[in-house]
Amino acid sequence: MSAGRTGHAGRAGDAQPVLEVQDLRVELDTPRGTASIVNGLSYSVAPGETVAVVGESGSGKSVSVMALLGLLPAHARVGGRALFRGRDLLAMGEPELRQVRGDGIGMVFQDPMTSLNPVLTVGRQITEGLLAHGRVAGGRQARERAAQLLADVGLPDPRAALGRFPHELSGGMRQRVVIAIALSGDPALLIADEATTALDVTVQAQILELVDGLRAEHGTGVVWITHDLGVVAGTADRVLVLYGGRCVEDGGVDDVFERPAHPYTQGLLGALPQLHDGPGGRRSELVAIAGAPPPPTDLPPGCVFHPRCPVRGDERCALEQPPLVPVALGARPDGTAVPHRAATFHDTAPGTGGAGS
Amino acid sequence: MSDVLVRARGLQVHFPVRARGLRRRRTGEVRAVDGVDLEIRRGETLGLVGESGCGKSTLGNALLRLVEPTGGRVEFDGTDVTALRARELRALRRRAVMVFQDPYASLDPRATVGQTVAEPLRVHGLHPGAAARAARVAELLELVGLDPAAAPRYPHEFSGGQRQRVGIARALAGEPDFVVCDEAVASLDVSVQAQVLNLLRELQQRLGLTYLFVSHDLAAVRHVSDRIAVMYLGRVVEVGDADAVSTRPQHPYAQALLSAVPLPDPAAERRRERIVLRGEVPSATRVPSGCRFRTRCPRAFAPCPDVDPALQEAEPGHRAACHLHGVVGTPVPAEQRGPA
Amino acid sequence: MSAAGTAAGSAAGAAGAVRVRPPRGRFTSALRLLLSSPRTLFALVVVVGVVLLALLDEQVAPTGYNEVDVAQRLLAPGADHWFGTDDLGRDVLSRVVLGAAVSLQVGAVAVGFSLVCGVTAGLLAGYYGRWLDTVLMRLMDVLFAFPAMLLAIAVIAVLGPGTTNAMIAIGLTYTPVFARVTRAAVLGVKESVYVRASRSVGASDARLLLRHVLPNAAPPIIVQTSVSLAFAVLAEAALSFVGLGTQPPAPSWGRMLSEGRGHLEDAWWMAVFPGLAIVLLVLAFNLLGDGLRDVLDPQQRSALEAARSRSRRARRRGGRS
Repeated sequence: MSAGRTGHAGRAGDAQPVLEVQDLRVELDTPRGTASIVNGLSYSVAPGETVAVVGESGSGKSVSVMALLGLLPAHARVGGRALFRGRDLLAMGEPELRQVRGDGIGMVFQDPMTSLNPVLTVGRQITEGLLAHGRVAGGRQARERAAQLLADVGLPDPRAALGRFPHELSGGMRQRVVIAIALSGDPALLIADEATTALDVTVQAQILELVDGLRAEHGTGVVWITHDLGVVAGTADRVLVLYGGRCVEDGGVDDVFERPAHPYTQGLLGALPQLHDGPGGRRSELVAIAGAPPPPTDLPPGCVFHPRCPVRGDERCALEQPPLVPVALGARPDGTAVPHRAATFHDTAPGTGGAGS
Repeated sequence: MSDVLVRARGLQVHFPVRARGLRRRRTGEVRAVDGVDLEIRRGETLGLVGESGCGKSTLGNALLRLVEPTGGRVEFDGTDVTALRARELRALRRRAVMVFQDPYASLDPRATVGQTVAEPLRVHGLHPGAAARAARVAELLELVGLDPAAAPRYPHEFSGGQRQRVGIARALAGEPDFVVCDEAVASLDVSVQAQVLNLLRELQQRLGLTYLFVSHDLAAVRHVSDRIAVMYLGRVVEVGDADAVSTRPQHPYAQALLSAVPLPDPAAERRRERIVLRGEVPSATRVPSGCRFRTRCPRAFAPCPDVDPALQEAEPGHRAACHLHGVVGTPVPAEQRGPA
Repeated sequence: MSAAGTAAGSAAGAAGAVRVRPPRGRFTSALRLLLSSPRTLFALVVVVGVVLLALLDEQVAPTGYNEVDVAQRLLAPGADHWFGTDDLGRDVLSRVVLGAAVSLQVGAVAVGFSLVCGVTAGLLAGYYGRWLDTVLMRLMDVLFAFPAMLLAIAVIAVLGPGTTNAMIAIGLTYTPVFARVTRAAVLGVKESVYVRASRSVGASDARLLLRHVLPNAAPPIIVQTSVSLAFAVLAEAALSFVGLGTQPPAPSWGRMLSEGRGHLEDAWWMAVFPGLAIVLLVLAFNLLGDGLRDVLDPQQRSALEAARSRSRRARRRGGRS
């Protein structure tokens, strides 16, 4: 595991990673039995790096970040370590975590209304955080700073917006406000969980651009949780593909999209309808993956993907979980090296572009 | 027999906006669908795309009169649907059906899969008798790729993709001609979505169905459609062959929309130029005069506030409602003209 | 691979993924689950017991309901009179047994009346809305605005006192409650996508109401029914208490309670045993209502089934080790 990580030294020279997750595990007791939602997830995020965590429903992608932030129900069992600037988030108590959530880590969720208080003005919600964390001297300064933040996230007429209530804003504008609040603490790490899923594509494009600009400017590390491979392709440096609570493939975004090594990643890319391909390709069959993802209460033995796997080339598939091993020496879009790894027994002569082939 | 199965002419769906309080005075209206002309040809798939609030879903519902149109007319196979009485309308519902978005909400949790699929049979008196009905249900379940033994089970025992198959089986039970797929794959996971898209297409070929595929997902629409119509604020602003619309969009809105779709190809994403639109979609209670896109259009010019553009041919089989292709349309009366 | 080949492959693959257990009869599985919970089992035993007592009445009661024996008055519970005797020397046990019929009848008929009227009104008001909603619900508001007791007394004033009239009176006072509960549930259900989906395939209003809206609006109505059954038994007691319900010397639990009130200090058993009977029956109705609501919901039912089979497996495993 550590051998893999030395390669991740980060794009900004040898900077320490902002976040380092080691062997994260989450279990939850449900009426239908114990759900193993996250099963040994490890990754790190360098300053200024965008790591996308992709997966379908039930893959554990959202739970994995909720666990980091201490947002899971109390009866969830969380194991492993998650070092944020060297301190283990999973070992922190609630007061400490609250400090970190407001001050070091910003969060943006799918539905902006879950993070906004409907009865407080936008201005109040931003200044409250600023004052609570002692980032400004007083009320007047807080309002100045809040207006500045709203301007940064591209809200038209930020001063007027301070006095508005969340319901007076459109979905896209609300999400901008949530991002402004997330950024108010100058976070070293921004976690976006399906942050643009509820938005229209034109608004989504604006938000993606906004976050990428802020990342480049402040060197914020970004964890972008999504099910949308299109969003990943446009924003991420590195991708983790989650299935059944495990990382089945990771690597630079170009490596994973152009030379997917795991049959699941190949399947996902093949299952995606294409907007731009040849006239003959339009009506071609999508290569669907049979079946549905397993519920976390009922994970199959062996490789989590083997019941749906079109390859299943090895008898070990049904018996043991393949380890995540390097399949190629890969790179991020900026050229820095990062290993391309996959958890499969399938002899990985990486396919060329999953889609349409 | 005409080759047009469904035709909308000047179709309008306006919802009243009422003031709060006792008298609930009518203070305005939401013009969800505001004068749509559309033809759907026999055996084709027409994709209907647009962003949330553009009226695409209302249009789909209005074509089936699941929402009452407030103006214009809808013809289905030559009959005026808007003039049908309740009993005749129910009979039409055998031939024109809908597949809904959310497979978790669209199946009655207290009805078994078999009861759900058998409902159109009971309603329209098809395959009478318990044994004949059960046989037909089994046939339908098999048709959509489910085990016929699933009939006595309840929806919650199935995954999202399987439930959507049940919804499709229900829709097809009465052997319809026309199916409106209203965001039918939007809430499914990518891998499952592909199964359902393939199934829809296979069924179309096998049964000769005509589809209206309503979706916000341009890639999915492009994949399944023969032709695509783009909606903005209650109007169809562009319609044409799927290839033409997705590769050579003519309306500035369609151009912006297409440029915003994220592509699952990192290299292509880095090369792309996005057209970022100004501002927000105006409220459907206050539609701008003339061209309704003009307030956000990067290429708006003199005639836009004064003339409501009509759909006109930009190239053969490809029409757009934009003055850049010649100023054609209904002039706006002077007193209604807003600021340019 | 040809396109057709892929299509067949994906369809077959998907079909293979649907694993279906052979289904058990819905009714038997519901019944079995109902019996598997100790609480509902207890409730069922109590209710069935009371029903049996009511049916058998004179065959199980040690004496008749009005065998006055002044020499035996106010005897404490003992071997001869298990529940003691009242101020007229009548056997309390016999009167409790014989009163069961009255209490049950009042509960069933009164609640049945309000259930039918209230649910119908609520269903129509909630589903059709507009003027029908306004008219029906204002009517219910008028009924509701009268204090329940006052309304019942008014009804009895018109119809005259007696058990049957008391039942009608009680039924009338509960009607608006059922109408409101039903209407609220219907408002939620009628907007659901599955109702729209059924309409989209041509289902008539009657079919939508009876096959989709009512079953899905049922859980709060079931709970309300069990609560109302309990209250009806108490209401009959109250009416009898003021002399408007069951007429003496006929026994009803409510009458007995009110007669025993004067002797709480010297003969506690006169009030306590009928009181206990009321508590037991009311409790049983409530538990039964909760149990029914759960097993009538397919999702709850499978969750219960899963939990049960898991605990059985765990027990087996425990037994082996």
